[in-house]
Amino acid sequence: MAVQVIKDKCKGCTKCVKSCPFTAITMEEKKAVIGSACTGCGQCVEACPFQAIEKADDGKQAADLSAYHGVWVFAEQREGKLMQVAVELLGEGQKLAAAIGCELCAVLCGSGVEGLAEELFEYGADKVYYADAPELGQYTTDAYTKAIYEAITQYKPEIVLLGATHIGRDLGPCLAVKCNTGLTADCTKLEINPETKGIMQTRPAFGGNLMATIVCPNHRPQMSTVRPGVMEKASREPGRKGQLVKLTVSFQEGDIRTKVLEVVKSVKEMVSLTDAEVIVSGGMGLGKPEGFELLKKLAQRLEGTIASSRAAVDAGWIDHAYQVGQTGTTVKPKIYFACGISGAIQHVAGMQNSGLIIAINTNESAPIFDIADIGIVGDLYQVLPAIMEEMDKLPNASNH
Amino acid sequence: MKILVCVKQVPDTNEVKIDPVKGTLIRDGVPSILNPDDANALEAALQLKDKDPKVTIAVLTMGPPQATYMLRECLAMGADEAYLLSDRAFGGADTCATSTTIAAGIRKVEGVDVIFAGRQAIDGDTAQVGPQVAQRLGVPVVTYVQDIQMGEGNVTVQRQMEDGYEVINVKTPCLLTCVKELNEPRYMSVGAIVDAYKKEITVWNHTDVALDPADCGLNASPTQVFRSFTPPQKGKGEMLSGSITDMAQALVGKLVEKHLI
Repeated sequence: MAVQVIKDKCKGCTKCVKSCPFTAITMEEKKAVIGSACTGCGQCVEACPFQAIEKADDGKQAADLSAYHGVWVFAEQREGKLMQVAVELLGEGQKLAAAIGCELCAVLCGSGVEGLAEELFEYGADKVYYADAPELGQYTTDAYTKAIYEAITQYKPEIVLLGATHIGRDLGPCLAVKCNTGLTADCTKLEINPETKGIMQTRPAFGGNLMATIVCPNHRPQMSTVRPGVMEKASREPGRKGQLVKLTVSFQEGDIRTKVLEVVKSVKEMVSLTDAEVIVSGGMGLGKPEGFELLKKLAQRLEGTIASSRAAVDAGWIDHAYQVGQTGTTVKPKIYFACGISGAIQHVAGMQNSGLIIAINTNESAPIFDIADIGIVGDLYQVLPAIMEEMDKLPNASNH
Repeated sequence: MKILVCVKQVPDTNEVKIDPVKGTLIRDGVPSILNPDDANALEAALQLKDKDPKVTIAVLTMGPPQATYMLRECLAMGADEAYLLSDRAFGGADTCATSTTIAAGIRKVEGVDVIFAGRQAIDGDTAQVGPQVAQRLGVPVVTYVQDIQMGEGNVTVQRQMEDGYEVINVKTPCLLTCVKELNEPRYMSVGAIVDAYKKEITVWNHTDVALDPADCGLNASPTQVFRSFTPPQKGKGEMLSGSITDMAQALVGKLVEKHLI
C-alpha cells in the first residue's frame, strides 16, 4: 500500500509536507515528492485538499493462506507459574477466536509444567500445545524459538499473540523472521476485520503521538505482542477441559548458543503496578526524591502503590520499575493520582485508561489537566495532607 | 577486534506536541537525535576501545541522506568508520524488511566480531530490529543487556529481566541489544568533531549490498499501515476550586460518592 502523488492534481500547497510525521515529503518544482522515509501511514492522504495523494494497493497476488487456522497464545511461564499477561491474552484471544469462528490454543514450553495445561483450559484454551524438555526449563532465545517455530510450521496458526515482556519481546521478533511474517509490537487494541477475517492491530507510534492500525494481509501467522495490563483477563471456569497436544522437541549440540550462568533476583520489592487498584504517581513537581514518602503515605491509606513519570526516574529519584508510560508500565487502576506530573504524551499513553484520574499540579496549564477527571491546582505538599485529613473525618476512617 | 554498532536517527519524540485545535502533530522544530539506547550501545563499544586501542568501531544505519549528521556525531564520539544504507528501495520498510537490509549491510562490512545495537528506538519502540538482524545473520542474540564483559571468543553479559537479571555467556560473533542502565554516553569532543568531518561516510544502495528491490523496503514488508490517526483526546474533566481544604473536601466527597473509598 504505497502512497503516491498524482502529479496533475498536486497544486504545491505543501500541506502534506507539514502533515507528515516522518518528514518524508519534500517539494520539487512545486510538486510534492514522497521520499524514502515514507512508512505508508496515510496522514498526507487525508491532509491533501486536492485528493492529489492516494494510497494505492500494490496489487500483489494474495498468497494462499487457507491452511492457517486458530488463534494461539504464548503461555509464558516462569518457574512453573503462569504469567498474568498470558491470562490477559487468553481473554483477548477468546474474542478474536469467536470473531473468526476458530479455536483458541495456548502454546506452552517448559520442563515438567504439564500441570499448567489444566489452568490454561480453565482460562479458555480449547487446546494446549506443550513442548516439554529439560532445555526449555529456563528461557533461552534459541530453544524457545526452535520449539515454537517447529510447532507453528506443523500446526499453522493464523494468529500468534505474545506478551510484551522481556521474554516475549525477545522471542517474538526471532519467530517472525523464521516464519517470514510480520510482527506488530505493543498492540493496545486487536480486532478482526469482518470481511477479510484478518487481524487489525492498533498500536501507539511516534512516542504515543500517533496511533497506527497495522495489518498483515499476505503472511501467516499474523503476530502481535501486547503489553501486560492492557487487555482484560480471561475469566476462569473451574473444571473446564481441553485437548493436550504434546510437541516433540529435541535439541542437538549447538542449537542453543547462549548459556544462562546465573539468575539474580533483584532484592528490591517487586512492583506490581499492573494489579494495583489505586496508584499515587509523582513527577518532577515533587522537587525532591523524598516527596515519594508523602505519596507512599496516601498510597498506603488507599491500599495502593506509588508510581512515577519518566522524568522522576531519569532524575534518579526512584527506580525504573515504578515508571508508568510508553517506555514503562501500562496501568489502569480504579484511581490514578498524578501529583506534580506535567502529562507528557509518553506518560499519558501508559495511564489514560485508568478509571478516575486525579491531577494535582501547581501549573494550571499543565497538559495533565486535559485528560484528568478531577483537577486540583495547588501545591501537592499542601493538597495531599489535606486530602488525608479529610479522609480521617470519614465515618469508616478507622478501617484504613 | 571490530565492533559494529547499529544506530538510528530518530525525531526527539519528547519534543513532539499535538496541535490542540487540529489534533495533528506539530513537527516544526522537532530535532533529530541519535536514538538514546543506541548511544548506550556506542558508549559500550567506546569503553572497550578505551581499554584496548586495537578495537575498531564501525557505526551503521539505514536512513535518508540526512542521517549522515548523526553518523558524524557518532564519529565525533569516537567511532572509526561509518556506513549509511540509503536508497529509495529501502523506504517504507517494516521491522522485518529493515532487518534484511541492515543484515545485508553488516555482511558487507568486513571482519565484524561483535554487533551492538540499542534495545529499541524511541520513534517505534518495537525492540524488534536487533533480534531480527541477528536471526538473518545466523548469529545468537541477547537482548536487554545491562553489563558486558568481553572474553576471548565469547562474551558474558547481564540480561535485564523485570525482576532482576540473568548472567549469560555467548560465543562471538553475536548481537547484543543494550539498555540505558549499561552506561552514561559521553559527549563529543571539540577535536573529535573537527576530525569527524575529515572521515569518510560510506553510502551504499541496494546494488552495493546485493539486494533485489523486491526483497527490501515496502515491497518486502509483511505488515502494512492500514490507517493512522491521532489518539482521541479524553475530554477535560472538572477543575476544583476554592481553598486547599475546600478542594480536598470536594475530592474526598466525590470519591465517597463513587464508592471508590
